[in-house]
Amino acid sequence: MPDRDNVSIAIVGSGGAGALTTGSFILEAACAAGWYGLLTRTVGPQIRGGEAAALVRLASHPIECMPDRYDLLIGIDWLNANRFGAEIEVGPDSLVISDPRGGELPAIVTRAGARIVEVPIKEMAKTIPGGRPNMIALGMAAALLGLGEETLSALLAKRLADKGQTAIDASCAGVNAGLAAAAAREFGKPLSPPKTRAAKRWLVSGNEATGLGALRGGIRFAAAYPITPASEILEWLAPSFSKVGGVLLQAEDELAAINMIIGASFGGTPSLTATSGPGLSLMIEALGLATAAEIPVVVVDVMRAGPSTGIPTKSEQADLNIAVYGFHGDAPHLVLAPQSVADCLFTTQWAVHLAEALQAPAIVLSDQFIGQTVAAIERPADIAFIGQRTKAAENSGTYKRYAVTGSGISPMAIPGLRGGQYTADGLTHNERGTPTSNEDDHRVQLDKRCAKLDQFAYGDHWATVEGNGDFAVIAWGSLTGAAREAIARVHDRIGVRLVAPRLLLPIQPERFAAALEGVKHILVVEQSHGAQFHRYLRAHYDMAGDVRVLNRPGPLPIRPSEIEQAIMEWRS
Amino acid sequence: MATIETPLAYKPADYKSDINAIWCPGCGDYHVLMSFTRAFAELGLAPEQIVVVSGIGCSSRIPAYTNCYGFHGVHGRSLALAAGLKVTRPELTVVVASGDGDGYSIGGNHFLHACRRNIDMTYVVMDNRVYGMTKGQPSPTTEPDFDTALSPGGTGLSPFHPLVIALASGANFVARAFSGAPNETASILVEAMRHPGFSFVEILSPCVTFRPDEREWKSLVHPAPVAATGDPAKAARRIMTDDGFNIGILYRGERRPYQPRMEDRNSDLAELEKDFEL
Repeated sequence: MPDRDNVSIAIVGSGGAGALTTGSFILEAACAAGWYGLLTRTVGPQIRGGEAAALVRLASHPIECMPDRYDLLIGIDWLNANRFGAEIEVGPDSLVISDPRGGELPAIVTRAGARIVEVPIKEMAKTIPGGRPNMIALGMAAALLGLGEETLSALLAKRLADKGQTAIDASCAGVNAGLAAAAAREFGKPLSPPKTRAAKRWLVSGNEATGLGALRGGIRFAAAYPITPASEILEWLAPSFSKVGGVLLQAEDELAAINMIIGASFGGTPSLTATSGPGLSLMIEALGLATAAEIPVVVVDVMRAGPSTGIPTKSEQADLNIAVYGFHGDAPHLVLAPQSVADCLFTTQWAVHLAEALQAPAIVLSDQFIGQTVAAIERPADIAFIGQRTKAAENSGTYKRYAVTGSGISPMAIPGLRGGQYTADGLTHNERGTPTSNEDDHRVQLDKRCAKLDQFAYGDHWATVEGNGDFAVIAWGSLTGAAREAIARVHDRIGVRLVAPRLLLPIQPERFAAALEGVKHILVVEQSHGAQFHRYLRAHYDMAGDVRVLNRPGPLPIRPSEIEQAIMEWRS
Repeated sequence: MATIETPLAYKPADYKSDINAIWCPGCGDYHVLMSFTRAFAELGLAPEQIVVVSGIGCSSRIPAYTNCYGFHGVHGRSLALAAGLKVTRPELTVVVASGDGDGYSIGGNHFLHACRRNIDMTYVVMDNRVYGMTKGQPSPTTEPDFDTALSPGGTGLSPFHPLVIALASGANFVARAFSGAPNETASILVEAMRHPGFSFVEILSPCVTFRPDEREWKSLVHPAPVAATGDPAKAARRIMTDDGFNIGILYRGERRPYQPRMEDRNSDLAELEKDFEL
C-alpha cells in the first residue's frame, strides 16, 4: 500500500454486525493519534437486518469529501454488500480482507484486481469469550494505521465503560487478535500517524454542527417531526435547549412543525425546524405565509434522494428547485447551502442572522452526506452573527407593522408591546396590516419584501471563490469539497477557479459576474438527475463562455477523480 | 414619544379594532366577536397581552376585528401556530378562533393533538355546519342529507362529533355555546380562559346565507340541565346522547397543562462544545 497523506478504510457487514461501531472507533482512535478524517455510513432504510458499511477517510490535513476508492476493505460478511458495491470501490493497490465464510465477494470487488486476504473473522471471534467480529476488524484496521494496543484499549475503556469490564476485556482481546492476524499476514508497512497539531479539534457531525450553529445564532425554539436524515439535528437540540434555555415541541406533522415555529417567532423567539424533502414539501404553504407576514423562521432541509420517499438514507442535491421555486405567488426568501460538515455551523448561524434581520424565512439546504458524516475538524472559528430583529418600540401613534422604509425592513411589534397590536396576515395587506385587494397596496408590499432582500449587504460569505485562471468549476453544497480536492490535484497542470455559492437566494448577479470575470470554460458539478443547479445558474446568471455539466443523481457520490477527469479531458 | 396610560378598567369597546367587521348581515359571528370583547373586558386583560390566532374561513376573520395581537394564518393550522407561541410566551393569553371546515376538516389532526397536548389556551370553533366563504359546501358537521352543488342529494356521511372527540383526545374543558346568546357565551369564554390547559368551546353560530334553516337554532338551544362534570366517562355519555343544542360547560378536567420550562438558563454555549472536543 502506498505511503501517502491520506488513507481510506471501508468496513462492511449486515446490519447489526457492528460495522458502523467499528468505523466510529477507527475514526476516534485515528484522530486521537493526530489524523483528521471523515466517517460516513451507508445503510439501507431498515434499522436492522439490512446492509451497512462504515466508510472512513483519514488524512494529515482537514478533508471534506470521500475518496475515489478504498485502500482497505474489510468484509465481516458480504451478505448484502452487492446493494452498495459501487459505493465502496477498490483498486489494484487496495487490500481486501474477507471472511471465507462471509459469503461471496461482490463482483465489483473481485474485478478490481485488489489483493484479497482471507481471514476467518467470525471463527476467531468465537474463540474469545464474548468476542465480536467487528472488534477483530478494528484490530486489523488499526494495524494498517499503526495504532497500537494502548491507544485502542484506552478508547475501548472509554467507549464501553457503561457495558462493564467484561465487555471491555472481550473487545480488547478481539482487537489484539485482529492486530496479530494483520502482523501474521503481512498486510504491509503501517502508516505513520501525522504529527499531532496543537489546534483544538472536534469530532462532530454536520447535523450536530447545524444544531450548534442554530443555537449560536440565537434559536431558542424548535418544532420537530422525525425524518431521516434530519432527526439528529432535533435530537441534538432537545437536550441542548435544556442547558441553555429554549423549548422543543414534537409536532404531529410537518404542517404543524412549520406553523409552530411561525407562532413562536411571531412571539419574538428565534425559531427553527429541520426536515427532509417530503417534510419541506408539506411546509411550503406556511413558508409563503412567513414570507407574506414577514415572520423570520429557519427550515433546515437535509436533502435525501427524491422524489417522494426516494432513498431516505442517501444524499442528493435535488431539492434546489422546490427550495428556490416551490412557493406560490412571488415570494422572496432566503436559500442557503452549507459546503461541508464544519460549514453547517457557519451557514446555519448565518441563516438565523439573515432570517431575523430580514424578517423572512430561510431554507438551509444541507444534505444526507454532510448531515450524517462525522468529521474530525479543527474547531470552527467563532463568528459574530447573532439574530437581531428590528423591533418596534412603544408608540402612541398608529403603528404600521408593514411600514415602507428605505431598507424594506419594518420594525416588528412583539406581543406584549402596548400600542403595537396588529394582526399578522397571509392576506395581502397594507402598511398597517389590514387586508386589502387594492392594486397599489399589493404592489407596494411585494416591492418592499423584494427590496429588503435585494438591498441587504451579504458580504463575502455569499460564496466560496478560490483560485484564478480562465477555467472555473461551479459547485454547491456538499460537492464543494470534492470540487476543491479535484482542483488541488490538477493545480500544477492547470489553474482552476472554484465558485460555490453559499447564498442561493436572493441571487447575487454582480458578485457572481465578478467571480467569473475572464472565465472561458465553466464546469458545473452537481448531484441531481435533472441538472437543477445548472438550470438555476442559467436562469439567473450570465454564464459567459463554454459550459459543461457533470451531474448525476444520488446515491453514488461524485468523486474528486471524476471532476479531475472532466477538467483534464476538456483541456486536452 | 408619549406613554400610554393603562386604563383602570377595560370596557368591551377597548378590545374592538377600528376595522369594520364584514360578515353577511345576520351572521352569528358578529355576536361571537361581541362575546370575545365582553369576555376580555370581564377578565380585565390588557389587549396587548392577548393574541387571537386563526386559520382561514369566515370565522377566522375575527382577529383583525379585535384590538389584540392577532394572527390570521393558513387554512387549518391555527392550533399549531398557537402552540408554538404559547410555549415560548406562556404569560400571554392565547385564544384560537376557527370554524367547522378550518378546525375539523383540514385542521382535524391538529385538533386531536392540541387536545392531547393540553397547552393552556382556549379554542373557539364557530360551527355553522357549512363552508361559508367558499359558498356553501358541506363541512364535517353538515347533516348527511344536506343538498349542495358539491354533494347533490347530500354527503350521506355521519357528522363529526367535535365535543366528544375533544374529550377523548384530552381537552381539559369542553363547552357548547350559542352565538345568539352573547352574554352567556361571554361567561362561558371567561370560564374557558380561566380554566388551565386546553379549553374547547364550540359555538353554534348560524350561517344565515347558506343555511337559513339555522335561524331556527335560537328556538332549539337550551341550557344544559346539569352542571359540568369532572368525570370524562360521564361527560362523554352526556355529550353523545344529548340533542346537540345543550348549552353550557359540559366538562372540567384536572389534567396539568403542558408547559415546558422556557426560562433562559444562560449556561454558556461553549459548554455544549465540550461534547465535540477530541
